[in-house]
Amino acid sequence: MVLWLIPLLPLFGAILPALLIRSGRDVCANATGFVSLAALGLLLSQAPAVFAGEVVRVSLPWVPQIQLSFSFMLDGLGFFFAAMILIIGLLVIVYARFYLDRADPMGRFYAYLLLFQGAMLGVVLSNNIILLLVFWELTSLTSFLLIGFWRHRADARQGARMALIVTGGGGLALIGGLLLLGSIAGSYEISEILARGDLIKASPLYLPALVLILIGAFTKSAQFPFHFWLPHAMAAPTPVSAYLHSATMVKAGIFLLARLWPALAGTEAWFLIVAPVGLATMVIGAWIANFRTDLKSLLAFSTVSHLGLITMLLGLGTKMAAVAAVFHILNHATFKAALFLSAGIVDHEAGTRDVRRLGGLVGLMPITATLAMLATASMAGVPLFNGFLSKEMMLEEAAHTSYAGVTWLFPVLATLGALLSVGYCARFAIRTFLGPVRHDYPHHPHDPPVGMWLPVALLIVPVLAIGLFPGAVAGALVALTAGAVIGGPLPDYYLALWHGLTPALVMSVLAFAGGALFFLTQARVDALRRHFPRPEARDLFEAASNAVVLAARRLTAWLHDGSLAFYLRVILAVLIAAGIFAMVSAPHAAGTRAMLPVTLPALVAWLALVVACLATMMRHSDRLLALILTSVVGLIVALGFVQFSAPDLALTQVSVDVVTTILMLLALNLLPKTSPREASLPARGRDGVLAGVGGLGIGLLAYAVMTRDGTSIADYFLAQSKPGGGGTNVVNVILVDFRGYDTFAEIIVLGIAAVAIFALLDPRLPAGALKRVRALLPTQESGDVHPPMLVVAARAMLPLALAVGVFIFLRGHNQPGGGFIAGLVVAIALMLQYIASGYRWVADRKRLDSQAMIGAGIGIAGLTGIAAWAFGKPFLTSTFGYFTWPVVGTFELASALLFDLGVFLTVVGVMVLSLAQLSRVGQRVDPLPTPEQPMDLPLDAPHHPPREA
Amino acid sequence: MEILVASAIGLMTATGLFLILQGRSFPVIVGLTFLSYAVNAFLFAMGRLTVDRPPIITAGAAYTDPLPQALVLTAIVISFGMTALIVVLGLRGFLETGSDRTDLSLANAAEEHGPAPAGEDSSRERGGAARA
Repeated sequence: MVLWLIPLLPLFGAILPALLIRSGRDVCANATGFVSLAALGLLLSQAPAVFAGEVVRVSLPWVPQIQLSFSFMLDGLGFFFAAMILIIGLLVIVYARFYLDRADPMGRFYAYLLLFQGAMLGVVLSNNIILLLVFWELTSLTSFLLIGFWRHRADARQGARMALIVTGGGGLALIGGLLLLGSIAGSYEISEILARGDLIKASPLYLPALVLILIGAFTKSAQFPFHFWLPHAMAAPTPVSAYLHSATMVKAGIFLLARLWPALAGTEAWFLIVAPVGLATMVIGAWIANFRTDLKSLLAFSTVSHLGLITMLLGLGTKMAAVAAVFHILNHATFKAALFLSAGIVDHEAGTRDVRRLGGLVGLMPITATLAMLATASMAGVPLFNGFLSKEMMLEEAAHTSYAGVTWLFPVLATLGALLSVGYCARFAIRTFLGPVRHDYPHHPHDPPVGMWLPVALLIVPVLAIGLFPGAVAGALVALTAGAVIGGPLPDYYLALWHGLTPALVMSVLAFAGGALFFLTQARVDALRRHFPRPEARDLFEAASNAVVLAARRLTAWLHDGSLAFYLRVILAVLIAAGIFAMVSAPHAAGTRAMLPVTLPALVAWLALVVACLATMMRHSDRLLALILTSVVGLIVALGFVQFSAPDLALTQVSVDVVTTILMLLALNLLPKTSPREASLPARGRDGVLAGVGGLGIGLLAYAVMTRDGTSIADYFLAQSKPGGGGTNVVNVILVDFRGYDTFAEIIVLGIAAVAIFALLDPRLPAGALKRVRALLPTQESGDVHPPMLVVAARAMLPLALAVGVFIFLRGHNQPGGGFIAGLVVAIALMLQYIASGYRWVADRKRLDSQAMIGAGIGIAGLTGIAAWAFGKPFLTSTFGYFTWPVVGTFELASALLFDLGVFLTVVGVMVLSLAQLSRVGQRVDPLPTPEQPMDLPLDAPHHPPREA
Repeated sequence: MEILVASAIGLMTATGLFLILQGRSFPVIVGLTFLSYAVNAFLFAMGRLTVDRPPIITAGAAYTDPLPQALVLTAIVISFGMTALIVVLGLRGFLETGSDRTDLSLANAAEEHGPAPAGEDSSRERGGAARA
């Protein structure tokens, strides 16, 4: 219970600093610290159990289908890392309060920091590898935000992007690796996986899984050749560098290696890959660090080097090396965090981190200099400091490691690494703090406020304590952690200052002598080094990512050139190819269903349709003609519905066609009346072939289906329509009852379309539009804009049409009709008034707002559905009953009727709104006088001024 | 009869496809209307063709399949909504730019349908590099 609160507390606590920054910087920092402190308290409350050898576990199912569970585990290793994350986190929070400038958004900083802290705790406490992956990616993302915290700086943005791409790419490999691991082990729970090491190592998938996991771990922990992102991540504020890029996040890869050590380590492949990568990283990182002039960059490469050291130890695969690795993680975290914070103080107080401009600071900022030099001594591995102890253990392990039969490789290179390490430590300490006092520092350096140096001092305490009394101070913790890494009995070892005259001591002495020499000749080596070409990782990375972006742009430009016809041709060609493939790869036999006889009227209608279609294809550039031909086709389709037992469809088709045609005519009024012929003959031929093949395919498919029998779920609807839905018109019952959800969604879509049309024909058109449209309007026009015959007929027909609409609506449940058709009929009757009397005349007299009708329609339909809840039924469950009234007799009332009323209102509103909006645009372009009375049109005079040319 | 219906569906599809490949918005809209007819008829034909058996429950009658009819009925109404929206979109596009081309790589303000109004430049030309 307590366990999952530890990562969740910082994750959710991240909202506190974001909100409390309004109450001031101190409140904000205190709240952040309090969140971390609470998490630390929770962790420490578990300490007795962990030190007693218990493994604390909690598990909640999250997505059991993919074996993702919210399960956490706290053992020695998890405890060690979690404690490190929280304690260093607290120190960094205190430090950052004083480090951040007044102009920096501190709330955002602390929020990111807590998010990172929660994610990192999640990584080290997860007991489910998928959950671990989630937290792993979260650390990459929060690290991106923190590196790019100063987003006005280009180097910060670049560094953040590079870190995200490298660690995110590694994360991708890790996903594959961990999923493979889980499937080999048959479980995604880490505690299960660890117990099945032998099974995993024997699997043929072991090697691919291992390689993918290692890519993930190496990118995160900046191992060669992925080490280049870490120095660029130093563009982050110094507290971030100290926290993420020395103590915690970059250790996540190492943590993963340690966590999975019992499951993966100990094989030939493990040793052959991990150990040399670590060794190479150690030497290369230390080499580069010697030539850096920026303090933070120097420390970054030294971190790379130390991470390599730890990786190498884990890669050796022996238990003793694992103990050394754990011990060095602890030691490195203490002295390196202290060093980063010191570098931040130097930068903050002296105004520069460039060693060429520093020196002699020991007299000016004695506290900082003392603390930093103590930490440097530990990093160099000077006796009496904790760095010495773990370095000795490392050298001891390397001394008797033979790689592929070569016995000298590891001892020599490990000594070289230690030598180079001494070199850069000397450079860091001597060039910054010793030497003559200068007079040209950018700021006048002095010791910072206590809040900034106190965290450093607190980190130096363990550096010295462990160095002097290793067994007493760190013995229990190291034993506990190493025990969890190894997953078995510990080797025989003891942490002590003096082990006698061992090979390691000899190597150490050699390293110190060589390191001192190297420091003295550094300038000459540097000059020599500059003669050789050096690959600059950032340039290579930028070049690679630019090439990828360019290739993507070219591909997009080629595929998305803005031509609709091109896209459609591609889609069509692919569909046709798929259709042809499906057709030739399956056997075909003739259908067996008896065909209906061809009748003469059907043949005539078919011929008319063929002529209309062909004529449309050939003469479509005459847009008015194309429109008329289209409505001919629509009419024949409606006749087909009549012929084949679909009266509802025929009614709908005819009325929708009327509305569509009016709509297109209105639009055509404002559009060019002809399409220019632009396509060349071959292009038209190509389009004709594509269209012809597509049409042929659809026709054949339809024919194939119609000549075969099939089963359908229709029997259920036919059987249930009357007893279940209370209506005899099965189509209508399906619409308003069985599949009412579809219909409900459909009228919502219609409503949205109408609102979009309303917005698109907003009266604020660009100034040029009116002029352009006027130029298109026909120069000759009928003298009768509102012919009196039409006006009178339309007004007389309105009540009649409304009555027909009501009739169709009411009978819809049992006979052809219903809300859709009734809505269309009423809408047409209303539109006729617009046509006959003009937009203004109708708008002045209209009582019902179309938008309100749409809203009311959807509302009524929705409320009818919701009403079912009151009776404990699911949404849209319908009911009906029979009632008897005097005179009227017995009649049926169904709740579906109310739903259909919603459909009706929506349809009327949508149709009228769309057409009225369109005609309003025409009205604005070409205002006509508004007739006041039915017969008020003067027939003898021009009723509107001649148009400007 | 089936062959008449199937060939009609195929022909309407072909007409619709041919029209949507044209470079102007109006033929594309007409083409979409043709495609709607074809698709609706195709869906309807999936219930097989039956004469004189409407799905209205009466004693002792046989019926055609009502489900494709219900689906097509909503499809007809929805296709109206779609057509209306596209018509208006095309119209607005024309009013904004003076062009009703569906090829953005060719469209620009200077159209043959009318003089480009003052104050509009040719920066409306968008889209990627012309295809070779």
